[in-house]
Amino acid sequence: MNITLRIWRQANASAEGRMVTYQVQDVSADMSFLEMLDLLNEDLTLKGEEPVAFDHDCREGICGMCGVVINGTAHGRGESPVPTTTCQLHMRSFEDGATIDVEPWRAGPFPVIKDLAVDRSAFDRIIQAGGFISANTGAAPEAHAAPVGKLQADRAFDAATCIGCGACVAACPNSSAMLFTAAKITHLAMLPQGQPERYSRIKTMIAVHDEEGFGGCTNIGECAEVCPKQIPFDTISQLNRDLIASLFKKDGK
Amino acid sequence: MTTTTPAAPKTAKTQSTEYFEVGAEIKDAKAPGGAIEQKWSKRKFEAKLVNPSNRRKMTVIIVGTGLAGGAAAASLGEAGYNVQNFCYQDSPRRAHSIAAQGGINAAKNYRNDNDSTFRLFYDTVKGGDYRSRETNVYRLAEVSSNIIDQCVAQGVPFAREYGGLLDNRSFGGVQVQRTFYARGQTGQQLLIGAYQALERQVAAGTVTMHTRHEMLEIIIVGGRARGIITRDMVTGEVESHFADVVVLATGGYGNVFFLSTNAMGCNVTANWRAHRKGAYFGNPCYTQIHPTCIPVHGETQSKLTLMSESLRNDGRIWVPKRAEDCEKDPRQIAEGDRDYYLERIYPAFGNLVPRDIASRQAKNMCDEGRGVGPAVKEFDAEGNERFVRRGVYLDFAEAIGRIGKDGVAARYGNLFDMYAQITGEDPYETGMRIYPAVHYTMGGLWVDYDLSSNVPGLYVTGEANFSDHGANRLGASALMQGLADGYFVLPNTINDYLAGSSKFEKVDETHPAAVEALESVTDRIAKLLAVNGTRTVDSFHKELGNIMWEYCGMYRTEAGLIKAIGLIRKLRESFWKDVKVSGVNEDFNQTLERAGRVVDFMELGELMCVDALHRRESCGGHFRAESQTEDGEALRHDDEYAYVAAWEYTGTAQTPILHKEPLEYEFIELKQRSYK
Amino acid sequence: MAITGLILIGFLLMHMYGNLKMFLGAESFDHYAEWLKGDILYPLIPKGWFIWLFRAFMVAAIVLHIYSAVTLWSRAVAANPTAYAAKKKLAQTYSARTMRWGGVILAGLLIFHLAQFTVKAALVNGPASASSYDMVIGEFSVWWMVLVYALWIVTVCMHVRHGLWSAFATLGANTSAKARAVLNGCAWAIALLLYIGFMIMPVAVLFGWIRS
Repeated sequence: MNITLRIWRQANASAEGRMVTYQVQDVSADMSFLEMLDLLNEDLTLKGEEPVAFDHDCREGICGMCGVVINGTAHGRGESPVPTTTCQLHMRSFEDGATIDVEPWRAGPFPVIKDLAVDRSAFDRIIQAGGFISANTGAAPEAHAAPVGKLQADRAFDAATCIGCGACVAACPNSSAMLFTAAKITHLAMLPQGQPERYSRIKTMIAVHDEEGFGGCTNIGECAEVCPKQIPFDTISQLNRDLIASLFKKDGK
Repeated sequence: MTTTTPAAPKTAKTQSTEYFEVGAEIKDAKAPGGAIEQKWSKRKFEAKLVNPSNRRKMTVIIVGTGLAGGAAAASLGEAGYNVQNFCYQDSPRRAHSIAAQGGINAAKNYRNDNDSTFRLFYDTVKGGDYRSRETNVYRLAEVSSNIIDQCVAQGVPFAREYGGLLDNRSFGGVQVQRTFYARGQTGQQLLIGAYQALERQVAAGTVTMHTRHEMLEIIIVGGRARGIITRDMVTGEVESHFADVVVLATGGYGNVFFLSTNAMGCNVTANWRAHRKGAYFGNPCYTQIHPTCIPVHGETQSKLTLMSESLRNDGRIWVPKRAEDCEKDPRQIAEGDRDYYLERIYPAFGNLVPRDIASRQAKNMCDEGRGVGPAVKEFDAEGNERFVRRGVYLDFAEAIGRIGKDGVAARYGNLFDMYAQITGEDPYETGMRIYPAVHYTMGGLWVDYDLSSNVPGLYVTGEANFSDHGANRLGASALMQGLADGYFVLPNTINDYLAGSSKFEKVDETHPAAVEALESVTDRIAKLLAVNGTRTVDSFHKELGNIMWEYCGMYRTEAGLIKAIGLIRKLRESFWKDVKVSGVNEDFNQTLERAGRVVDFMELGELMCVDALHRRESCGGHFRAESQTEDGEALRHDDEYAYVAAWEYTGTAQTPILHKEPLEYEFIELKQRSYK
Repeated sequence: MAITGLILIGFLLMHMYGNLKMFLGAESFDHYAEWLKGDILYPLIPKGWFIWLFRAFMVAAIVLHIYSAVTLWSRAVAANPTAYAAKKKLAQTYSARTMRWGGVILAGLLIFHLAQFTVKAALVNGPASASSYDMVIGEFSVWWMVLVYALWIVTVCMHVRHGLWSAFATLGANTSAKARAVLNGCAWAIALLLYIGFMIMPVAVLFGWIRS
């Protein structure tokens, strides 16, 4: 296959960026999207041009490091028949001769570092604000001390599969990180161990979410649509329920 | 599994070839004497303590944020130390522990099936083919239960039964159900638990996180590890960081093979730099090859993906009997023309033989020309280019006939989907193609019972050390070791060293050792950028990977290893003459990052070949052609090789020094494995 | 946003109910109009006060609704400094996408509507008559006025369609994929009900089914 790429090139956070067109030849349908970018970079390096910077690591869809917007959808969800990360999108999803637009996640709280790589440290700060259970090492009770009903456990698990890639923010017209935040809130709210900090956690996490500059949620649903791990959209309602309940609790005031 | 007594060794020569020298024996004296159940308690009691109010004055550098590093950083932060934590990724949550699928062992005996600490200890030593240290492994089994308690308290959503209690499954061929799991994402869930505990400490101010920082050198002052040199991967700034103690939790080095199931960024640089500054490297050639990975599709492949081993419970492995059938659609190959080779060779175990045997036989079938799937370019023992089909069928037709397509989907649906997404084939129709791939490295920096390397003040945890898995790792025990080291072992041993830290020399940027370390890093970067040759970094890495895979992979011969050493030396020369690293240091320069890693992989690759060369026995995951039984099975030599090979660095392309740490088995009897 | 939105939807339903009294004839409708301005809640509050308190309440709801919308909008603008060169929608509906500009258009026409029927300063068909009934008939006898209202109510109902679902989601009612489908179904049903309920009367006037 031969592919035409239009890639966002931006030297650093403060530089102006623009879309630049490249040709990639001899692309095989079995390649992953990132292997196709590798091929482009090998070619650029040999020509003496600067390779395209992009984040990636595990290349098996679990670490959450990769993520670019492909033809207008995060992780190329619009091209893929199934939910996917960028590294698990394969070139067989594209036609020979296709022109593909490749852009970084675009959101104020995710400033571009270079080309397609962005800074997602805001996510870590949301977790720091309460996305944990305070259990010091060694202080844990016996694991079977608190049974968890299977429904609760499964719902906690569904939410806990979030990989923190940021596709939800990239896809959201409001650049809201509500699905990311709601996934953690729901994960911990479903478990008995998460109850003591349940209503203080939500206040502090939402406060940091807003301080970081993410937009508000207007229930549009693009986030859940592009989520590679299919974090349920209804976790956002779980967050809202807990947030409303927290207004009537003294925790964390 | 049946066991026999060890066969008499065929060869009995002690080597000191031109490739290495033998130095003084070493002995780990930290583990106290007495009954094995008492050793860890005794050691904890004997260790010197640090007053809680003094802890914040002590700085601990931890490199890596996976299970071993993240758990240690969180725990030491909770204890009150000033922790400086580094990772090369953009967030500590991305460490490659996240990709582990299967589960984590713990001797809880929740299934009432005769499990115990001693049985987990026994299975782990046996799984490691009697090449691990008894004392460490016993401790690992001992703290395994605490790990599960800790993780549950953190909110790790382990699989549960309808009664709300934790579910278990059996894993890795053991006969008890002791593996805790969270669907196929156990590593992810455990890592997120550790990550959350870590972020809690970041918020509390006890841990300072340095993301997108790569450790490029260690600072040794007066014989002690006192700091590291890092490069800020966004700005290129080379910085020095100082501490009272340095912990490396930097994972494994499987990417020396270029293609592996490791993340693209996994590298040996931190370990190798410590090795160059005096830390011994233990058993570098011990590599785990996993039999059920998705085969290579072509030359541009960048990494391999593991499919859970559980597939072998219901899948049947076969290749065509005739090489001319290999191009056919598998559905068109008649039952009588298929060779279910594992069932044929090992009728008792069939498709469930251990990982190393399943891997080796797949290689044998493909070497015979009976592999399936696309033919990929590789190099033969003489270095000639050839195209070989590297894949065998893992067929579910029988299982679909027995339990129906829905039954198969219920058990393995997510794996089938993953396979379909990666290959574009429907495994319900055509079955899967699989091939072995490098998965885990048991070798690593040598450590004692306290997880301290031979360099005072340098501790090594998790996959980065060599300690617990011997020559082959038991399934579901990598996660266990990482968390055991990070949560429970290191926080109870590091204090013994830190208690004396008030007498340590003061160090800062102006100390000659720090200046020297920093300059060596900036010099190396300048040197890499100055070559400006004609070949890309990846092309060298791929070539190194081909050499390692061909000669130092599943099947090793003396001649092959000697050849590999020569090839690697040539490759290294050519690298420094011809590599092209674009861009500048003062930038987000991913080519420069990779170039530095490949430099260290090339040096490590040579040491791995030397280690493999000296170990003339087939052991664990490694088959040495010169050491096999009459019917071609692996043969171990306990009289000659029951030791840890700890290598001392003497200089690039200089002969390294081998220090042997004898392995004494007081509590477990050594037995030769047999699966026939 | 959610609470004020639901109040406004509640008002729309009430308003629609009131409009339908047109079908009961002049007396009924005029009585209704007078009653609103008359002695509701008397003697708890003085006669005639209710309508002003109610108007104040509605204005407050609208102001708060707009304030929330402007806050959300400005946060979204601040969080989106660079636009995508290519952007494809996967999940969002036309209603969801047009909440903001749709809201502005809607509010603009609301002012006209109030000027027309409440202040009676912008009547297009003759001077204000004594009877509210006659006034309504007069205005909706103009074909293009009915068309303007037909389009305006489309924007209102689209706003209600996403707004109602979104309000319930914000209040925590979206508990599962099934709940989401039910809520969206309700939102559609109420939007359609409002459209039919509001438009049936002007159309009836235009075609002469309701006469003075």
